[in-house]
Amino acid sequence: MNADFITPLDAFTIIDLILMLMLLIVGLAIVRLNDIFAIVMLAGVYSLVSALWFVSLDAVDVAFTEAAVGAGISTVLMLGAMLLSSRTALPAKPVRKWASFFIVLATGAALMYAVTDMPSFGDPLSAPNAYVGLEYLKRSLPDTEIPNVVSSVLASYRGYDTLGETSVILTAGLGVMLILGMGGKINGQLKKKAIDYDNADAQAHHTVLRVVSKMMIPLIVLYGFYVQFHGDFGPGGGFQAGVIIASAVILYALIFGVDAAKAAVPPLVVRIGAALGVLIYGGTGIAGLILGSNYLDYNVLDPHSAPHGQELGIMSIEIGVLITVCSVMLVIFYGFTSRQPDITDKDW
Amino acid sequence: MTMAMALGMIMPILTWAGTHAPPLVVVTPLLAGPIAVFLHKGRLAWAWALAISILTFVFVLLLMPQVIQNGHIAYYMGTWVPPLGIEYRIDSLNLLILLLVSAMGVLSLVFGLPLVENEIEESKRGQFFAAFLLCLAGLLGVTITGDAFNVFVFLEISSIATYVLVSMGAERDRRAYVAAFNYLVMGTIGATFFVIGVGLLYMASGTLNMADIAMHIHGHSDNRVVRAAFAFIVIGLGLKMAMFPLHTWLPSAYARAPSMVGVFLASTATKVAFYAMVRFIFSVFTPGSPFEGAVFDLVLAPMAVAAMIICSVQALYQINIRRLLAYSSIAQLGYMLLGLSMGSIAGVAAGLLHLFNHALMKGALFMGVGKASLRQGVTNVQDLRGLGKTMPLTAASFTVAGLSLIGVPLTAGFVSKYYLVVAALERGWWWAVAALIVSSVLAIFYIGKMLETMYLHEPPKITKSKKTAPQAPAKTSLLALGPLMLMAAANIYFFFDASLPKGLADAAAKALLGGGAS
Repeated sequence: MNADFITPLDAFTIIDLILMLMLLIVGLAIVRLNDIFAIVMLAGVYSLVSALWFVSLDAVDVAFTEAAVGAGISTVLMLGAMLLSSRTALPAKPVRKWASFFIVLATGAALMYAVTDMPSFGDPLSAPNAYVGLEYLKRSLPDTEIPNVVSSVLASYRGYDTLGETSVILTAGLGVMLILGMGGKINGQLKKKAIDYDNADAQAHHTVLRVVSKMMIPLIVLYGFYVQFHGDFGPGGGFQAGVIIASAVILYALIFGVDAAKAAVPPLVVRIGAALGVLIYGGTGIAGLILGSNYLDYNVLDPHSAPHGQELGIMSIEIGVLITVCSVMLVIFYGFTSRQPDITDKDW
Repeated sequence: MTMAMALGMIMPILTWAGTHAPPLVVVTPLLAGPIAVFLHKGRLAWAWALAISILTFVFVLLLMPQVIQNGHIAYYMGTWVPPLGIEYRIDSLNLLILLLVSAMGVLSLVFGLPLVENEIEESKRGQFFAAFLLCLAGLLGVTITGDAFNVFVFLEISSIATYVLVSMGAERDRRAYVAAFNYLVMGTIGATFFVIGVGLLYMASGTLNMADIAMHIHGHSDNRVVRAAFAFIVIGLGLKMAMFPLHTWLPSAYARAPSMVGVFLASTATKVAFYAMVRFIFSVFTPGSPFEGAVFDLVLAPMAVAAMIICSVQALYQINIRRLLAYSSIAQLGYMLLGLSMGSIAGVAAGLLHLFNHALMKGALFMGVGKASLRQGVTNVQDLRGLGKTMPLTAASFTVAGLSLIGVPLTAGFVSKYYLVVAALERGWWWAVAALIVSSVLAIFYIGKMLETMYLHEPPKITKSKKTAPQAPAKTSLLALGPLMLMAAANIYFFFDASLPKGLADAAAKALLGGGAS
């Protein structure tokens, strides 16, 4: 370890410390609250503060994902789950669970124990900063012609991990399909219970929301595609874009009803998309095999220029990621909503 | 003439498949899973899953000669040379596990058709088999990789698929949802601990490739970051493998899962987590350092002995057969852990051999219960009454596997227990030998209880009119008998000729402990 380096106590470090303190406070508040609605909102706040912290740590891609997934879609899904169950948790009886307390304490102690041998924060000579990480920074541009190193590591150098992660998302979606179903045509009851949106009363109620969301939804989708295709140059990529586009559909469903959303984006399409994305990703890998190289080798995709092949491969797998992520988000959302009558006016 | 031509056609394909077998082993089921989602006809999805699992098994077989010839083979994903890219690295150790998992995938599917048709709603079968294929891909992916973070990714694929598969038992027993949820919570905590450990390793070494990490942290076993990483990884994988006392999720999960899933999980899931633990402890961390030695002697060995005795006693009191077998599994994991904690070549080899044999016996036992539940609605020990008369072949196979579990001579279980005793004596661990004997005596009691009910009690008179499970068609039921008897036969075969698993286990233990990083 490099003992000469001492983390400077500059503005960024102080901001980091303040943000971490805020995370602690939000976390404690979540533990103490019984109102589930407040807890869900605070969980969103927790994610946003984390995202801020990641920005301050220069991990902009991670921050982007955290904001889109943690603060965005998972808040909506948790609200959906809340509407299925209850708005308030039963007040927890204060019981002393010493064994649990001891385990938590021991875990914390183990982490504290390790602190003294950790490299100083920001040390340019620490192992993660000096070894493979540095190599990626040097090689990414000549190897792949992609300025955003996060994208080239995620999609090419460690592209196989990302195939696995996309499959994790598919597996989660598959689980929701199997356990909750997707509503759709099987659930005939849903149609009966759906709110009549041509009803003048309901329309009057949501006029502002309906008009604004009609304006917003195309822009959100457009922004999603920008995030997708700009991922090579700046923060972004298939994960974030998939979540953003899915959130446009979810917004549509919230305002115009799940049935309207299902008419626009049918459950069958979503189900096909969930599987298709992984197949596109895996198929890009197979293309490498067919062209006579190793699995997931993009260099051979363009016989004339290896870096261009990399670009092609990365674009192809990012589209796969986009399709699976977007579809699975909707699978989960449809799965939740098929279990309940539509969100009523009272819930707004 | 035509033979030569055909051979000329096949040979290049075989060579190509052999070269690229490492990714194909995992990618085949991984990509076949999403396709299975759309196979709505249950039988079609089943046939697809079976064909894919056989293909996967063939790819593993193609790896075998290469590994035996070269000691180990490496495959670079995307041709990126590690530590830049992800490496697949196969040696005797993971070859043994790959063979086990892929073979059990095939056998569970052959066995499982009538059970799935009995237990899973028709419209869900396509997705059920998709989840099964993803689970298979995840387990194989954990086993085959040489990259620490890649282990985490595929561990999550297999775990999430497993939670889903367990919850599908809800049509037989609604409590499967609760079991799956508990498993999810515990499994996720385990995954979190594991990934914290991997993060700490990255902090200490700056790399994620296992062999590379090992090289960088060699001689730094007094580094506190490395020590914390060790603790987090052992606990994380301990949760996944149901190491005592982190096993509480397992009995319900195994008992309430669909029968086919129970068979597959009992013989593979915890084994793969155990493999990952062995891999990390010996290939990544520095074996023989004082810190590791202390953990072996003061934590792992006592936990192993506690599991062997306490969980065997708990098995005695179970009414539900699957729960009984699940508790016995935790006890048997104690045997493997005991072998590992000896830290000697003989001990680790014996532990690995027991892993293989235990998969054979538990696979056969869970198959036996599944088949009996299909025909006669058996769930509890007392339901076994007279099974020796009503289902003689199933009862006989169950008996063989049960005797193997006890460790009776002429069965595979005897072989691995024998080597465990030898290894314990070599280290002078008399107390471990005593624990082995006590645990085996307890096994005589809980297996004996079931065998006694099977053979010495009259079959219940009202079998037909009772609200038993619907009688499965004789044809598919016969299909289930094949794998069951094969597994039972394997329990005997590997007593007489244990050269394959023993050879691989010995080579693996030597590579792990002999030359540092394998």
